[in-house]
Amino acid sequence: MIETRIDRRFAALKNEGRAAFVSFITAGDPDLQTSLQLMKKLPEAGTDVIELGMPFSDPMADGPAIQLSSQRALNAGHTMAKTLEMVREFRKGDNETPIILMGYYNPIYVYPADKFLADALAAGVDGLIIVDLPPETDTELCLPARDVGINFIRLATPTTDEKRLPAVLKNASGFLYYVSIAGITGTATPDPHVVHKAVAAIKQSTDMPVAVGFGVKTRQQVSDIARGADGVVVGSAIVSMIADSLDGKGAATSETVERPLALVKELSGGVFDILEG
Amino acid sequence: MSSNETILNSFRSGPDEEGAFGHFGGRFVAETLMPLILELEEAYETAKKDEEYAFELNDLAKHYAGRPSPLYFAPRLTEHFANLSTVGGGAKIYFKRDELNHTGSHKINNTLGQILLARRMGKKRIIAETGAGQHGVATATVAARFNMECVVYMGATDIERQAPNVFRMKLLGATVIPVTAGTGTLKDAMNEALRDWVANVDNTFYLIGTAAGPHPYPAMVRDFQSVIGNEVREQIMEAEGRLPDSLVACIGGGSNAIGLFHPFLDDKGVEIYGVEAAGKGVETGEHAASLNGGKPGVLHGNRTYLLQDDEGQITDAYSISAGLDYPGIGPEHSWLKEQGRVNYVAVTDNEALDAFQLCTKLEGIIPALEPAHALAFVEKLAPTLPKDHLLVMNMCGRGDKDVFAVAGYLGVEL
Repeated sequence: MIETRIDRRFAALKNEGRAAFVSFITAGDPDLQTSLQLMKKLPEAGTDVIELGMPFSDPMADGPAIQLSSQRALNAGHTMAKTLEMVREFRKGDNETPIILMGYYNPIYVYPADKFLADALAAGVDGLIIVDLPPETDTELCLPARDVGINFIRLATPTTDEKRLPAVLKNASGFLYYVSIAGITGTATPDPHVVHKAVAAIKQSTDMPVAVGFGVKTRQQVSDIARGADGVVVGSAIVSMIADSLDGKGAATSETVERPLALVKELSGGVFDILEG
Repeated sequence: MSSNETILNSFRSGPDEEGAFGHFGGRFVAETLMPLILELEEAYETAKKDEEYAFELNDLAKHYAGRPSPLYFAPRLTEHFANLSTVGGGAKIYFKRDELNHTGSHKINNTLGQILLARRMGKKRIIAETGAGQHGVATATVAARFNMECVVYMGATDIERQAPNVFRMKLLGATVIPVTAGTGTLKDAMNEALRDWVANVDNTFYLIGTAAGPHPYPAMVRDFQSVIGNEVREQIMEAEGRLPDSLVACIGGGSNAIGLFHPFLDDKGVEIYGVEAAGKGVETGEHAASLNGGKPGVLHGNRTYLLQDDEGQITDAYSISAGLDYPGIGPEHSWLKEQGRVNYVAVTDNEALDAFQLCTKLEGIIPALEPAHALAFVEKLAPTLPKDHLLVMNMCGRGDKDVFAVAGYLGVEL
């Protein structure tokens, strides 16, 4: 398929000799304007790739932090149209940073899917991570996305064995997202050595970059994981920072943009450690 | 007729190898769970062909659960509906007495089947979701019987309104975990069970309570519950010498209904009715009628009719009956609706409450609020039918668990 911003970004970082820092936030959390402001400032704080969550009422693969962020966005009246609007607004000032939409299938299915792909592409979306669409369902969205030039980023997990890996890789594009733990987002802590071994094993079967996420919370973890992967994803830690900054009524304060950004600045430093030996 | 044609013309051949009933069903789960549900499917396919497994299940069904449950002719309700008829009709009313099973509902049929499978797969830990608590109790029961650790996820809202069942589960040795995420009801309990499963893939078996979820659950639960319909076939032949003219069952997720319906789907002369919970009325938006008031979507591993808003966000179901209070429905029902093979109707809280009292007074059977919905529809249907019409309704649960809630609704202080 045609080259996307994701492909270009990972290729450039490979030349630099370091891993990508991927930041996850939920679109519309805690409200559209605050969320857009935060999104626009993520690249200068050290984000190489933005993963933007599409809020869903029933996020089955997510831990409490991201569940709550989804609820905050929905309570503020967030919609799929507003998620795509955020991407359009972001693109007015940044045409390079890759944007991946992450979420669950139902809001796309009712949108419906073909219109969603057209609108997402027009808005400037580069990739999709849809948690509840395994390879067995590729005709639903994965193949149509590839046809319009949007990467379908596949998850591989500790339960994805050698037998299953080829199916997972078959129609994947952009990069492979290795889920570092058997579990939900933001809970258990991954062991870098186990993760490096798993990533190395996957790399035997694919030339695609492999990014690692789930449970990464500290700069040290970012640094450790980045030594054996092409990208590190941080999500729950960032959205927890948003939650901590809200006032008693759950509304944004003057800190709601700055505190998550400060965390991104700190954690993203971890991907540069490898360059300093 | 070739065997191919038979299969093409059958309503009983699904699901296909992708777990689909038409375009419903399937396997919409996170990658972490895919290997597990494929393993489960394989284990179930193997067990199905194993005589020892069948023997063990039948033996437990007979001596532990109390099967077969009776098929009971309800004379006073039959007479009552005949008196209501303005056309001299009335129908003969039979109840399939699955409320007499051990643990008080049809749920035990399924939990026995699945726990034997869990044992065969070497799993040591059982997790389940529950709404009213009937499935939770049935799961905790078989877990106690087979000495397995049992964790039941239950919405915090449901825990409050079903306190006796919560205590039963604890007595049976289960850990009941309140779920406050989302809206704290059955759908959230199912989300939480799925999260547990993802985090404990090695030792845990997820024992789903209804004919929904990712393949193979809808087909597997249906198979375990089909004992209901298979027994009815034999029992009605013995009682009347012919098949019934119509079948009626209530529907939340739809497991008791598909269990009654499935063995009759290819008997063209049998009219089939599934009764959803209309709550305060489908037009009010406060209901649990996924087929009558929802639209197709993807949740909890399958494509099916769901209660949802225009954005595809799942909305809360509402019903007086906690067991029908689920915003989805088993995918096979969605398919049968679109095929037009089963008629899906809905009755309100108030209609179900009236039927609950009617059945108690006339037959000396206190029904659960769930089958009270089925009976409320029978009350509408029977007077329009001829006197020799044979109607079988599934009395899928007993009402002991509901008497306190009903007292509250009727304004009676206990």
